[in-house]
Amino acid sequence: MSGVAMPRPSEETLERRAAIVAALRAIVPNEGVIADDLEMRAYESDGLTAYRQLPLVVVLPETVDQVSRILAYCHANDVKVVPRGAGTSLSGGALPLADGVLLSMMKFNRVLDIDYDNRTATVQPGVTNLAVTQAVQHRGFYYAPDPSSQIACSIGGNVAENSGGVHCLKYGLTTNNVLGIEMVLMTGEVVRFGGQHLDSGGYDMLALAVGSEGLLGVVTEVTVRILKAPETARALLIGFHSSEEAGACVAEVIGAGIIPAGMEMMDRPAILAAEDFVQAGYPRDAEALLIVELDGPAIEVDHLISDIEGRARNNGAFHIRISTSEEERAKFWAGRKAAFPAVGRISPDYYCMDGTIPRKSLPLVLRRMRELSEHYGLRVANVFHAGDGNLHPLILYDANKDGELQRAEDFGSDILRLCVEVGGCLTGEHGVGVEKRDLMPSMFDEDDLKQQQRVKCAFDDKHLLNPGKVFPVLHRCAELGRMHVHAGALPFPDIPRF
Amino acid sequence: MSDRLTPTTADEVRDCVAWAVSANQPLEVVGLGSKRGIGRPVQASRMLDLSGVSGIVAYEPEELVLTVRAGTSLAEVSDALSQAGQEFAFEPMDHSVLLGSEGGAGTVGGLLAANLAGPRRIKAGAARDHVLGIAAVSGRGEIFKAGGRVVKNVTGYDLARGLAGSWGTLAVSTEMTFKVLPAGETTTTVVVHGLDDETAVRAMAAALGSSADVSGAAHLPAETAGSAGPVAGPATLLRLEGFAPSVLARTQALTTLLEVFGEIDTLDADRSAALWRDIRDCRPFAGSTSDPVWRVSVAPTSGPPVLRDMIGRRPARGFYDWGGGLVWIATGPEDDAGAAELRRSIAAHGGGHATLVRGSDALRTSVPVFEPEPGPLAALSARLKAQFDPTGILNPGRMRAGL
Repeated sequence: MSGVAMPRPSEETLERRAAIVAALRAIVPNEGVIADDLEMRAYESDGLTAYRQLPLVVVLPETVDQVSRILAYCHANDVKVVPRGAGTSLSGGALPLADGVLLSMMKFNRVLDIDYDNRTATVQPGVTNLAVTQAVQHRGFYYAPDPSSQIACSIGGNVAENSGGVHCLKYGLTTNNVLGIEMVLMTGEVVRFGGQHLDSGGYDMLALAVGSEGLLGVVTEVTVRILKAPETARALLIGFHSSEEAGACVAEVIGAGIIPAGMEMMDRPAILAAEDFVQAGYPRDAEALLIVELDGPAIEVDHLISDIEGRARNNGAFHIRISTSEEERAKFWAGRKAAFPAVGRISPDYYCMDGTIPRKSLPLVLRRMRELSEHYGLRVANVFHAGDGNLHPLILYDANKDGELQRAEDFGSDILRLCVEVGGCLTGEHGVGVEKRDLMPSMFDEDDLKQQQRVKCAFDDKHLLNPGKVFPVLHRCAELGRMHVHAGALPFPDIPRF
Repeated sequence: MSDRLTPTTADEVRDCVAWAVSANQPLEVVGLGSKRGIGRPVQASRMLDLSGVSGIVAYEPEELVLTVRAGTSLAEVSDALSQAGQEFAFEPMDHSVLLGSEGGAGTVGGLLAANLAGPRRIKAGAARDHVLGIAAVSGRGEIFKAGGRVVKNVTGYDLARGLAGSWGTLAVSTEMTFKVLPAGETTTTVVVHGLDDETAVRAMAAALGSSADVSGAAHLPAETAGSAGPVAGPATLLRLEGFAPSVLARTQALTTLLEVFGEIDTLDADRSAALWRDIRDCRPFAGSTSDPVWRVSVAPTSGPPVLRDMIGRRPARGFYDWGGGLVWIATGPEDDAGAAELRRSIAAHGGGHATLVRGSDALRTSVPVFEPEPGPLAALSARLKAQFDPTGILNPGRMRAGL
């Protein structure tokens, strides 16, 4: 366990554990409540495995009514709740609390409705991202956001984290593809935001709920839009002698009005690791590799591929291959998709970062990252959603060596501060969670964070849902609600008024 | 309006709001005033005029982002974008056409406050889908920012998107960053003639469910067809945009797909542009009449039954955008302008919302302009309002009493 402090467990809650377990058993019978330490081990961490904590108790409801009663009970009795989907969060969003109920939504695993005429799918939150596509692909449809964990991650978790994926450059993030949700508030009240129609007739609660990291409510149903799969998809594999050349090529493609379905970049350490692992045919002498995917009608894809090929050559590409079959396209992607495990092979541990930067800052950020790498004595491999500026530096370390985890985390924090410094942000798609919580002040000032917490107060005024995540300092809602009015005269009286 | 405050910087906006709170002087927040006629009439003693907080702060076409002050006119921004071959892909509507209001297409701040979206909504989303970051002054008189200047960003709550469609009742935005996109190289519209409403929605569903990448799907029944662009009779319209060879190939594919529905022809780029601009701006209901106009969002297949319900009960006419999911309905001002019937029908057909976009002050005072919310959601909205604007100083009552 490293440096992030979680809220101190309430002794009073811990003492009431038996009563809380009994109350939950009255709501969810039989194996739906797990109170045994050994069985609870499966829930002690999520995808950010450096952080572990056994929860107070685990509950796995199966109906909306049960979720509502669990939350109402916890609200009435001041018990904290940590919602959890598939547990693939890379930022510790589902890290349990010692004095909190862990609410797993994985029994909500049914596809409820598919409506091809209206191009929507309505599913329960525990359905995996990929299962949505699988439910509609026999009719040639798919669900566009495709986080790399899509085999395992749940739609409910995607909503909580506003997940992206390689195709979000063209097709948007979760927030752009979710039409409606049903959500249970901490009080147990059930509300619906959106539906099969577009946009909100009132405040856009859906916008606030998506990406709220389980702090506003528990999602019990999700309606997403489904799209017809494009007629064709082809990819280019382009090797450059420098990341500057690759970056210039990306800027030129975008500047020419082309929005590829995906545009990924890898640096030399990532290329070599991937190539050693899956033999995707990547050029080992490239300093930077671009994978550019185009989709649409065949004639459009062909047109754009030849256009991009020309731009790549003009920017110094020395290695260009264009996929001529689905197998070849899949092979181009194989190395990129295996980049994380490939890096896992060359290092005992790695730490995956997730900042976003303006595309133009890429050469500067990569250069600074090399300097930081030397400073901390840790290697770094970069994979990068080049089209939208989302970086995934993988910091290589060995947790068994004294101090290396701390060094890796410090290195990571420096990278994220650098992202903010050049006009970017701390997290592009993995969420703040516990991991980046204490870096929030590098991006937001006190008033910014207070206004965000006031949204939290509108939904959960006792701070019972997933406390300790996202916000570095928890202000009580009563304190946040106070008005500090500066009494005053009319401002700038000299300005003309009509 | 007795008095107008005209700040030119975010700090001055903050001073205005802080003063209004301390002096208990509610503010009507306006840009160019193009949408003042939408919402419940605001009871405010002062007008907070943001048109002086204007100017493009940063625009880098190759980064696909634009940062602009809230009071900048949409016309100025559109000019800058089009010089670089880019646009707001969500195709914001110009309300002055329907409302006969001053202020043209309004400001960028108004565009977000109203969460504008045109025909391309079905493909590209609404203003909410393109805003990346915001700086604003809350009803507490505090400046805050949220989001950022990059496309991919999940750092903190999405307050920028959350302010979309809040009609200036939560905070006064002073600056915002948008994602912008390249404009399509060319446009063609495939027209299917002679379809009734249900068949038209089926034809649009077939088109939208194909890989033709349709960027506009509208249906003009016989009564409204002549009033928008160069089409007559019932006309079902499908827009294709993009690179020329691609548009040509998709036009052929779509024509083959839709032949079974009826007679087909196509409109060239210029005629397409004019037609979709008219649909975007609800031109069929513009002009001399001041009949109330409803904007209804439902699941696409619910569009025809909802419009039929309305026409069955009172004099009304309508047309469809968004593949049937957006229904524009003009009706008489009698009674409640059909509000209760319309909302019952929407609820009976799977849910959605109706907004009274045009109506007299009296009608907008007596009829809920925005869709009434069920109890727990209405309470949540009220709590959200209270968190941003505890004293109700910003556009009081514009969305409903107390909001």
